[in-house]
Amino acid sequence: MADMSVTLAGVTLKNPVMTASGTFGSGMEYGEYVDLNRLGAVVTKGVADHPWTGNATPRVAEVPSGMLNAIGLQNPGIDTFMERDLPFLEQYDTVKIVNVCGHSTEEYLNVVRKLRNSSADMLEINISCPNVSEGGIAFGTNPRMVEEITRAIKYEAKQPIIMKLSPNVTDITEIAKAAEAGGADAVSLINTLTGMKIDIERQAFLLANKTGGMSGPAIHPIAVRMVYQVAQAVSIPIIGMGGIATWEDAVEMMLAGAMAVSIGTANFYNPRATLDVIEGMEGYLERKGISSVKELIGAVK
Amino acid sequence: MKRKEIGKIKAVQQLTADIYRMDVECEAAQAAVPGQFCNLYMASEAHVLPRPISICQIDKESGTLTFVYRTVGQGTKWFTTLQAGDTIELMGPLGNGFTELGYNNPMLVGGGVGVPPMLGLAQALDGKCTVVLGYRDAQTFLKAEFEKTGATVVIATDDGSVGTHGTVVDAIKANGVEADVIYSCGPKPMLRALKGYAEEKKIACYVSMEERMACGVGACLGCVCETTEKDHHSKVNNTRVCKDGPVFRAEEVVL
Repeated sequence: MADMSVTLAGVTLKNPVMTASGTFGSGMEYGEYVDLNRLGAVVTKGVADHPWTGNATPRVAEVPSGMLNAIGLQNPGIDTFMERDLPFLEQYDTVKIVNVCGHSTEEYLNVVRKLRNSSADMLEINISCPNVSEGGIAFGTNPRMVEEITRAIKYEAKQPIIMKLSPNVTDITEIAKAAEAGGADAVSLINTLTGMKIDIERQAFLLANKTGGMSGPAIHPIAVRMVYQVAQAVSIPIIGMGGIATWEDAVEMMLAGAMAVSIGTANFYNPRATLDVIEGMEGYLERKGISSVKELIGAVK
Repeated sequence: MKRKEIGKIKAVQQLTADIYRMDVECEAAQAAVPGQFCNLYMASEAHVLPRPISICQIDKESGTLTFVYRTVGQGTKWFTTLQAGDTIELMGPLGNGFTELGYNNPMLVGGGVGVPPMLGLAQALDGKCTVVLGYRDAQTFLKAEFEKTGATVVIATDDGSVGTHGTVVDAIKANGVEADVIYSCGPKPMLRALKGYAEEKKIACYVSMEERMACGVGACLGCVCETTEKDHHSKVNNTRVCKDGPVFRAEEVVL
């Protein structure tokens, strides 16, 4: 069987398939449907230095081949996360990537510092959430701020850091280059695209937040394009995500330049989506006579 | 491991202009309790979200769940195109359901599309309960099934065509219904009124909440409702309707 492992910023994953932050909690709920030991990594829901209540409901809406969400990064705070969620994940043989969010640089740093002496293997820094008014995307759309916050976090972090990038920018390569210049070990993209849905009968916004982040198969071609562009612009590894629902989508993303892939919204339609992707990729490599999944990374120029 | 399964549709029936019934043979029937729901999926990956539909009846012997739903959007409209013999993907049972049943004199209250889950509960209680059902008009779907359980059935309609003209609380008062617990499912104003009524009567009250959902298993935090105290899981005044509910003690949630 082909070698499915990849090494991302010094951390080896048994396969390149991980969960996308916010779609999988900390693995507890979907752990009843999926053997977490089989996943390359679990990327947790964003966690801040104190509990966040999130946005009002409705928080989710379906759109053609996708959905909008405006959860607003509801999370129980880093202390509960370290007492409950990380120990849960420690029971499994999978890489633990903790997604970190904040309203200010200091809030991000508070989380990063607390995680220094934890079992987290890597940190993914969410500078791209479209659904919170401060922090999140406000950091992620300005190259100068991206470089500054990346540098500040890299200075404090013990684990490798992955900067999660927003597609809601004119040129995502500028943001990726800024993250690389600030010392990021990897980048992940794309976060959701800002969208809106109006209920024409009620003549009102469907989401309480008015706007939400769009995800799902509809955004996949945009994600592939951006991963390809970023792969031409930086030399650090890329985790590709955005509408991956099948193994074909995952292979495509790796061919575009991703070293690993995240499955997000597809979990909602198919709780086994991660495993289906892993098995499908294994079959593809075998059929093509490819000995290592690493050979796919950026193979299409 | 739990899993999404393929259910076999045994029967379908249109009950009113926009209320439909679907009987589905599935493994989920074995574990289900009244008040739980299942994620039902459209056979189209262009529709990425499951539809959470409450369980109306549970027949463990034949391994069948009955779903009674209102057509509101693309998903529920598509469900109406399915026929007996077709299959449907589903996952469940999900949520907690009505599990605290040790009361002497229960009152079950359902409003609109909140009526169906009360039928399974009335059956689980062997009809030893009073059922108060609120409808828009004379289209009193499932009324006969409730009567079959042996329960006392009281009706309220918005237009006064059947039973008490007014709300379920009006019907409770008009019929002098006595109870030591209320189990309810329906629109928020109805739940709010019942919570107030139960507080006044100093009786227990359980409410089944509704919210737009995505995952249905507690992972995405799409479907929360406000809680009066800090939630044990979320550490904020929010709880997951799909995972920690949909049934809550009325005093736990802000209505």
